[in-house]
Amino acid sequence: MSAPNASGWKPGTPVQDHNAMAGPDTVTGNRALMLEEPLIFEIGTTETTGVDLPEPQSGSNRLGGLDRSEKIGLPGLSEPETIRHYTRLSRQNYAIDLGLFPLGSCTMKHNPRLNEKVARMPGFADVHPLQPVDTVRGALEVVNELAHWLIELTAMHGVAMSPKAGAHGELCGILCIRAALEARGDAREVILVPESAHGTNPATAAFAGYRVEDIPANSDGRVDLEALKARLGPDVAGVMITNPNTCGLFERDMKAISDAVHEAGGFVYCDGANFNAIVGKVRPGDLGVDAMHINLHKTFSTPHGGGGPGSGPVVLSEALSPYGPLPFTARTKDGVVHLVEEENAAEFEHTKAFGRMTAFHGQMGMFTRALAYILSHGADGLRQVAEDAVLNANYILRSLEDVLDAPFGHSGPCMHEALFGDKGFAEDVSTLDLAKALIDEGYHPMTMYFPLVVHGAMLVEPTETESKAALDQFIGALRSVAERAKAGDESLKTAPHYAPRRRLDETLAARKPILAWEEPNPPGGAPSMSEQDGR
Amino acid sequence: MRYLPLTDADRSAMLEKIGAPDVDALFVDVPEEARLDGPIHGLPMHASEMAVEKRMRRLSKKNLAAADAAFFLGAGAYKHHVPASVDHIIQRGEFLTAYTPYQPEIAQGTLQMLFEFQSQVAHLYGCAVANASMYDGSTACWEAVAMAGRIARGKKRKVVLSGALHPHYAEVVKTMAKFTDDEIAHARPAMQAAPDNEGLIARIDDDTASVVVQYPDILGRVTDLAPIAEAAHAKGALLIVVNTEPVALGALKSPGEMGADIVVGEGQSIGVGLQFGGPYLGLFAVRDPKHVRMMPGRLCGETQDAEGKRGYVLTLSTREQHIRREKATSNICTNSGLCALAFSVHMTLLGEAGLRRLAMENHRLACIAADRLAKVPGISVLNDSFFNEFTIRLGTDARTVVRKLAKQDVLAGVSLGRLFPEHADLADGLIVAVTETTTEEDIETLAAALGEVLA
Repeated sequence: MSAPNASGWKPGTPVQDHNAMAGPDTVTGNRALMLEEPLIFEIGTTETTGVDLPEPQSGSNRLGGLDRSEKIGLPGLSEPETIRHYTRLSRQNYAIDLGLFPLGSCTMKHNPRLNEKVARMPGFADVHPLQPVDTVRGALEVVNELAHWLIELTAMHGVAMSPKAGAHGELCGILCIRAALEARGDAREVILVPESAHGTNPATAAFAGYRVEDIPANSDGRVDLEALKARLGPDVAGVMITNPNTCGLFERDMKAISDAVHEAGGFVYCDGANFNAIVGKVRPGDLGVDAMHINLHKTFSTPHGGGGPGSGPVVLSEALSPYGPLPFTARTKDGVVHLVEEENAAEFEHTKAFGRMTAFHGQMGMFTRALAYILSHGADGLRQVAEDAVLNANYILRSLEDVLDAPFGHSGPCMHEALFGDKGFAEDVSTLDLAKALIDEGYHPMTMYFPLVVHGAMLVEPTETESKAALDQFIGALRSVAERAKAGDESLKTAPHYAPRRRLDETLAARKPILAWEEPNPPGGAPSMSEQDGR
Repeated sequence: MRYLPLTDADRSAMLEKIGAPDVDALFVDVPEEARLDGPIHGLPMHASEMAVEKRMRRLSKKNLAAADAAFFLGAGAYKHHVPASVDHIIQRGEFLTAYTPYQPEIAQGTLQMLFEFQSQVAHLYGCAVANASMYDGSTACWEAVAMAGRIARGKKRKVVLSGALHPHYAEVVKTMAKFTDDEIAHARPAMQAAPDNEGLIARIDDDTASVVVQYPDILGRVTDLAPIAEAAHAKGALLIVVNTEPVALGALKSPGEMGADIVVGEGQSIGVGLQFGGPYLGLFAVRDPKHVRMMPGRLCGETQDAEGKRGYVLTLSTREQHIRREKATSNICTNSGLCALAFSVHMTLLGEAGLRRLAMENHRLACIAADRLAKVPGISVLNDSFFNEFTIRLGTDARTVVRKLAKQDVLAGVSLGRLFPEHADLADGLIVAVTETTTEEDIETLAAALGEVLA
């Protein structure tokens, strides 16, 4: 095996006696750059503040006699202490900025910093959603231009920009379907969802009042077209299909699926979580899709931020567009971009909207970033994004299929993610163990145990923003831990060994939930919040 | 292309390893007729950083930024000063470019922050437990209504919405209720000095699952929630309190203290900024810990690692869609993580002492503004009570006035005509918000401009 690290480190003779090499315990619990950090409640006090504000002056009080007299219990820190607290915490996180983040279906790609700069321009960051529209025409142009490119990239008819995240977009799409069916007096009750779908799909359909039924997959990891056709009928409102699907495969029969669903009077929802694999190469509208959400934080690389905020615009077919929610933007022939709300919807002949998904106009901060991303890449760059994402995933698939079981590797190339299973692992070694060992090698693990259709699934999505050298190093690391998993290496089961924390007890957390800080001493004690009793 | 590291030589070597003649061979599963052969219609080729920045700056400059105006807008989004260190922290790559903390051993930074955030929100709201955040205040409001419906186990179908709830929030609840068959009882806002609590209480009956009240309300009024809580509880209903201005809770009694069961709100005021409406930060908390398992959204909890060290994990995920699928408490699959971080950093900088001072400074300036505007001929102040936002009546269509003043870089407030277009008799109302960023000079500018246009 070639050295998997170009830093000058060479794999040497493994140290046999770790205890002989281990240093002493430290008084602080710190280990050099790995720094322990208490809670703000343990280091701050209610009297400390890092913001200079005037002392309250006596004057008029119109609080209606509802003054807050009880202690709130919010600790404060000075600015230097605050910066240090959060900087120390930040160092306990893995991030794309630190290395390859192969989390399948989540699309962890580089976040261009220009986009951060653009989003902070005062005309976007410092405008109120209810300012008179004449004072925010540039912001509306951004929304409208992004909407335009989303429609072009997907060959659809309209787009609802307001949904706040992918799952919120799913809900928006399903509500459009429901509104369209109700408009023709057609009360249908069932939404069909493949077994391999993201959990949000069935949850969304249920939230919108539908009964969910599974569609089986065939042996090559795709929707079983015949089984689907057999189930279609007057009670089926629609199907929710992910394409490329969660096995990392393109649904070859997508057009036939759409045709069959339309024939039976239903609608086709496409989960666009994996649109990054086909952007600029395939347009879902050409495949008969009626609605599809686009995760701007995936395909168009707005930062994931440790779990949001996301943004989930939904592109809509001509049949569903009339039911899209308010508000939205529209450009008139004179070039002016308008905000269409409840008040002026009739002027824009949009009277069938199913309602409103959120208070304001959507995730503006994500729109500016996504538009900057699209303009930076351009038509050629976006196509290259899809091609390189697919190339990188296939490179991983073919580089590891001799050591890891690739259940659908036989059926042809994958799209943007490579799927492996745990077949061949030693009996007492799990996918979780392998994942935790990958942490010791300096990687965030891949998506585990999803999709559900593959035992011990490992879904690896490298994205297009990785170099070949980075891929080779990752392949070397994954190969090594896979070999250890097959050999039954006991040390996998106690991994990670070198992370800021060893394996955490999730059962304990759920059995006796501690979900908020509680003062260890009863109130009325010392004003400092730092006293603890060995928590 | 600057974001794509592969070279043509890399691509060739990789295709050789894969055994594919060219990259199109990897798209073999895409039917021929579905492939797009040419470029996307009308989209130019890739552009330099300089070119894109220039283009975006031109669009940015077409907007009137809040800092460049005498600014008085509120109604669910507020302009506050955000300390410079907040943006510095949230731009650290370890926070900005991390994912949801599904691998807790290498995500303790995000997880500990979320635990601190949850604790801050719970304290602020006077509740036992807060979650790791929702999309925004309006969606949190709907999720609270849905949660109350689950607690009522579908036996109670009615939701009583206060007329003084933000109309967009009410619209979101009504939209979702159409699909869940909940019955919504919603009155129009009464233009009175104090909210119509008696009318609200009269609409609570045995079929009521939840009562939704905003505090301070859309017109800026502040009311004692305890009698409403009592009336709701007497009928076996839950009281949901919506707060769109968290700074207010540095001065006002917490909703939890007055008996609210679920407290939700918009956290944008602390740390997040205006951003034309998003991304914002939905806050969600429950007073009684027994309701935790019915909550939507992510929760972070304390635990231990294999060496007995304290650590944090996402927990109680059996409520969530990735485990429960169609039986989940919500389809939500994200929180507003980076906005929660911004909130938490800003709140840590403020601390209790700072938050109280910030709140009182907002209130002091709002009192000055109300007194000054009351002196303008033709203007009357509606509110008996308020925090940093109040409603004035102009005796003429406020939308027209707002548009006129915008031309002089005075953003006078949010007109009720914009928010309640269907109620013509509210059209002379204007909601005016004042924060620590407002100067007495701004107030004078507004008073003078209003005086001129109303004369």
